[in-house]
Amino acid sequence: MTADREFVARDTAAHPQALTPIYKTSVFRAPHRPLLSLQNSLSEVTGPAFGQHEIGPLDNDLVRNYARAGGAPVGERIIVHGRVLDGSARPVPGVLVEFWQANAAGRYRHRNDNFDAPIDPNFGGCGRCLTDAEGRYAFRTVKPGPYPYRNRVNDWRPAHIHFSVFGSGFAQRLITQMYFEGDPLIRHDSILQTVPDPAARERLVALLDLNASVPLHTLAYRWDIVLRGARSTLFENRLQGN
Amino acid sequence: MIPQDILGNLPETPSQTAGPYVHIGLIPKQAGFDIFETNIGDVLVGPATQGERIRIEGRIFDGTGALVRDALVEIWQADAHGRFNHPADRQPGPRDETFRGWGRTGTDFETGLWAFETIKPGRVAGRSGHKPMAPHVSLWIVARGINLGLATRLYFGDEAAANAEDPVLRIIEQPARRETLIAPRSLRDGQPVYTLDIRLQGEGETVFFDV
Repeated sequence: MTADREFVARDTAAHPQALTPIYKTSVFRAPHRPLLSLQNSLSEVTGPAFGQHEIGPLDNDLVRNYARAGGAPVGERIIVHGRVLDGSARPVPGVLVEFWQANAAGRYRHRNDNFDAPIDPNFGGCGRCLTDAEGRYAFRTVKPGPYPYRNRVNDWRPAHIHFSVFGSGFAQRLITQMYFEGDPLIRHDSILQTVPDPAARERLVALLDLNASVPLHTLAYRWDIVLRGARSTLFENRLQGN
Repeated sequence: MIPQDILGNLPETPSQTAGPYVHIGLIPKQAGFDIFETNIGDVLVGPATQGERIRIEGRIFDGTGALVRDALVEIWQADAHGRFNHPADRQPGPRDETFRGWGRTGTDFETGLWAFETIKPGRVAGRSGHKPMAPHVSLWIVARGINLGLATRLYFGDEAAANAEDPVLRIIEQPARRETLIAPRSLRDGQPVYTLDIRLQGEGETVFFDV
C-alpha cells in the first residue's frame, strides 16, 4: 500500500447494530448478512477536502442565514460549539461539519414534514463550517423543539441537532445526532436507545456551557465529536516482502 | 469531557440515523428550499475534467422489495489516472487537479433513482503484495432506518479482466455475491450508463463492507 497509515477497526459496540427493532424502520433496512471486513486501501484512507471559499459568511449562523430583512427566528438562541478530535485525542483541523434541525416548535423545513406545528418564516434549519486549526467548530442557532414521529404510538424525539462530519479519510465519515443535557425525553427515545452502551449514549449529549454564553443574549452548549483513530502501518511493506 | 482509555485513546462518537429529513442539511434544494450560495457536492465533472464521461445510477430496495426514496448517497473515487485527490495518495504519475472525486445526491422522492455524472476512474494500487484494484467507486448510504452508514463499491461490468483479479472482489467467498457490486454498462443517447441497484436486505443482498 502506498499510504503509511490506516484506520483502526470500528468498535462495533460503540455504535448501534443495524437491526434495532425498537426503531421500526431499521427492521427492513438492516442487512441480514454480516459486513465483509476490509483492510483499508487507498480508497478508504483518502477522502474529500473542502475549502473556505465554498462556505458562505452566514453559513454557521442559523439565526441569520434564512431570516428575512429585519426578521429573526422565534426561539431560545444558543451557541453550539466543540472540537472534532480523532481517536488519539488529536484535533482534526479543516474538515467540513454540517448540521440540520427542526425549528423551536419541532417543525422541519422539508416538503415531507407535515407535523402541524408552524414553519418559522425566518428559520431554514441548516448550516455548516470548517473546523479551525485546533479542530474547533461553532455555530449559532435556536434550540430545536421536540418532534413526534410514527414509531410507537406516542414517540417523541428529544430536542436534537443532526451532525454530518468528514475526517481525512472516507472511512471516517460519520452522521450522528446531538442531544441536550437534562432533557427528560432522552430516556424515552427509541432512536437513542439503538446505541446499546449507556456510556456511549452519554457521549451524544451536549452540556450547558455558561462560560461560552453571551450574557444577556445567548446561552451555549458544548459538544465534542470523536472520529475513529488511525494507526501507522509501520512494517507492512517489509512483512509483505516488497 | 470524553473519558480517555488507559492509552489515551478516545472512543468514537456513536452513529445515529440520518433520519428522513437529511436533505435539509446536506441537499437543501431537495428538501424544498434554497439557502446556500454554493451547494457542495452536486457536480463531479467540469469542462476541464479528464477521462470518459459516464453516468452511474441505480435504486435502493428494502427487505420487502420496496424503494428507499429518502436515502442519501455519497461517492468517492479516483480520477481517470487512478489517483485520489488527497495527500495520502503517493502513487507515481499524473493527477487531475480539477477533479475532487466526491459527490452526493438523494434518491428521488418519486422514482427512488440516484445518479451521478462523473468519469470512469482508473485502477488504483492495492495493498502491498496485492494486484492493483479494478476501477471502482466507493458508495456510502445513509437513510431513515439505517443506524450506521453502509459502505459498498460499484465496479464496472466492462472490466471483466480487472474485476477477476481485484483484491477486494476476491475476498468475497461466494461468486454470486460479487455480482451484487458489478454495474452493467449500457448506452443512453450515446452516453455510457452503468446501473447498480442496491438491495439492503434479503435475496440478492448487496455486499456491504466494514471498512
